[in-house]
Amino acid sequence: MDKNIVFRAAAIIIFLVLPLLVKSNYLLGILIIIGLYTIIVIGLGILMGYAGQVSFGHAAFFGLGAYSVAVLSTAYRWPTFAALLAAVVVPGLLAALIGRPTLKLKELYLVLATLAFGILVHIFFNEAREITGGPSGLTGIPYLSLGGLVFDRDIKFYYLVWSTVLLISLGVNNLIHSRVGRALRAIRESEHAAETSGIDTASLKLQAFVFSAVLAGLAGGLYAYYVTFISPSPFGFHTSVLFVLMAVVGGLGTFWGPLLGTGLVVALGEILRWAVPLAIPGAGGEYQIIFFGVILVVIMIVKPEGLGSIIKFSKKSVEKGVR
Amino acid sequence: MRKRIKLLAGLAVLIITAGLLLSGCGGKDTGAKAGGDKEPYKIGAVIDISGPSSSLGIPERNTLQMLTEKINAAGGINGHPLELTILDNKSDETEAVLAVKKLIDQQKVLAVIGCSSSGPSMAMIDTVQKEKVPMISLAAASKIVEPVQERQWVFKTAQSDIVVVNRLAGYLKEKGLNKIAFLYMNNAYGDGGRIAFTAAAEPAGLQIVTEEKFEATDVDMTPQLTRVKASGAQAVVIWAIPPSASIVTKNFKDLGLSIPLLHSHGVGNQNFIDLAQGAADGVILPIGKLTVTGQIPDSDPQKEVLATYIDEYSKKYNSSPNSFGGYAWDAFYLLINAIEKAGPDRAAIRDQLEKTENYIGVSGVFNMSATDHNGLKEDSMVNVKIEGGQWKLLE
Repeated sequence: MDKNIVFRAAAIIIFLVLPLLVKSNYLLGILIIIGLYTIIVIGLGILMGYAGQVSFGHAAFFGLGAYSVAVLSTAYRWPTFAALLAAVVVPGLLAALIGRPTLKLKELYLVLATLAFGILVHIFFNEAREITGGPSGLTGIPYLSLGGLVFDRDIKFYYLVWSTVLLISLGVNNLIHSRVGRALRAIRESEHAAETSGIDTASLKLQAFVFSAVLAGLAGGLYAYYVTFISPSPFGFHTSVLFVLMAVVGGLGTFWGPLLGTGLVVALGEILRWAVPLAIPGAGGEYQIIFFGVILVVIMIVKPEGLGSIIKFSKKSVEKGVR
Repeated sequence: MRKRIKLLAGLAVLIITAGLLLSGCGGKDTGAKAGGDKEPYKIGAVIDISGPSSSLGIPERNTLQMLTEKINAAGGINGHPLELTILDNKSDETEAVLAVKKLIDQQKVLAVIGCSSSGPSMAMIDTVQKEKVPMISLAAASKIVEPVQERQWVFKTAQSDIVVVNRLAGYLKEKGLNKIAFLYMNNAYGDGGRIAFTAAAEPAGLQIVTEEKFEATDVDMTPQLTRVKASGAQAVVIWAIPPSASIVTKNFKDLGLSIPLLHSHGVGNQNFIDLAQGAADGVILPIGKLTVTGQIPDSDPQKEVLATYIDEYSKKYNSSPNSFGGYAWDAFYLLINAIEKAGPDRAAIRDQLEKTENYIGVSGVFNMSATDHNGLKEDSMVNVKIEGGQWKLLE
């Protein structure tokens, strides 16, 4: 039997049983945030790991999703599910619009363009007061309801978020083992070689970009329904960097990478929240940034392919052993 | 090679599980166990100790730690020692949500104090409302406690923008200054001030002839002030905090503008005067009484508590307290008074908080009600003028 399937089956069982064991809204809260970020990092993993394009602007798509939900479900009284659909469509459309010119850029120039886009959107959140409520943010976002089921408790939200993660992971897994996935990997290895092999690189890169924006928007929409209050501050440049950190730490182009990277970064943040003041009285969160920096450096030195590659690697070696 | 990989994999799994488990226990408990074998009363605080609002959060944390020690040294609440857990939200909303869930779920706190700024405070509201845990915010925005019917469990100790605006409007009217130029910094604080001032201007007969904004990180506001000069305004009202508030004040003097300059309570610390490098003289602002404790008459009901706070804080931390720490002082005592009467019952504590009458605090005299979860009126502030780098009480 394929070791891979055992791994994934175990993960699904853990996912189903975990909330029954922890019975704590705090731990569920952490798991929900991990789940939401994982959705984004999966998309970013495809963009960076397969299509080879780096984005420092994904907090903007995350924010656009959140604001779509917040604005449409409060000011325009859209049904919550329709607003969630908009949270997917709006960032997707915008990504398609800016993707065409942006993705012509390469390496550092692409990074700068996505960075600029992220900052622009953040400024929009701050300035478009009539729509976004400006720096004070938007309150009164209703709970998400799907056909009579209202997601008002953490446990319901946990199942919603992680079912979404599961579906997306499986979908992405199929995608990367398809013709499209192979074509994307070819682009990462050598864009020129891919082009000469008849791959429409521009179109594929754009599709990967739009797909990652759609996932970030979906996570943003769910975030808005979870916290029920949003303001521009969680969608700034810092968050974009955090997403890239999670993707890189987890390992680009691996199945488990997004989950491991996100889990490590979020869990570590929570440990440091109480561990740092115990070790250094009077110290605040700024010390955490040092730890994140150290982790990134260590992982880049010891395991440049990221944490996710560990499982992939051992799977291969197990297969060899069986054979 | 494979060994190292296994080791790494193990390490990663270990860290993640340790994170989930460890973050479940612990937290930072302050204050020694007070006498008696009675069960400790647990309260929590989520404070902006690091990040952009840390200048607010640090004096608040210091004050809360100082008061917890004081309460426990005096035998706790009805003989029960007090256990306070303070968590840092890094001035971030998502972090604030996780932190408050941790306090409620893991620490089983009776009530929560925080956050220092409006955004994180707003983000915590949904959680405390759902879990039915009393929360006392230390932030300014009035929508933290309004509408009250949707914020049953939420209280706050900082004066709402409207209190400050009413004082400013009252001063301007009294002096016959009707044409006002309004400048504000482009963030939640400035925006809150803009909304409140715009709403209060018309009923007070004030006309806003020009409205200008600047970024918190801007280093030159001369263009905005040039437009103010051309607008024919009779007075300027600025809603900002240092350093940008100091820079705009300096630019104001450099341009030779001679009309009255009014600021919000956001500049109520020494930092503002120092950074303005002498340009702050002549600035008028409403402020909590703490800054001018020495000048207010002895008949003022707050005089005693203000002097006590200054004395205790400066003895412990070798620096003067400020009004932000004062918000924490008031939140702490409001809560302790409520717990004293209600016992360890969240709903009863909430009811007692709402019934608070004539509590004399650092920020003012609090009178809460079912329709007012702040409880402060205009008399909680005084107008001051800066003269020779010192705060001078105005009549």
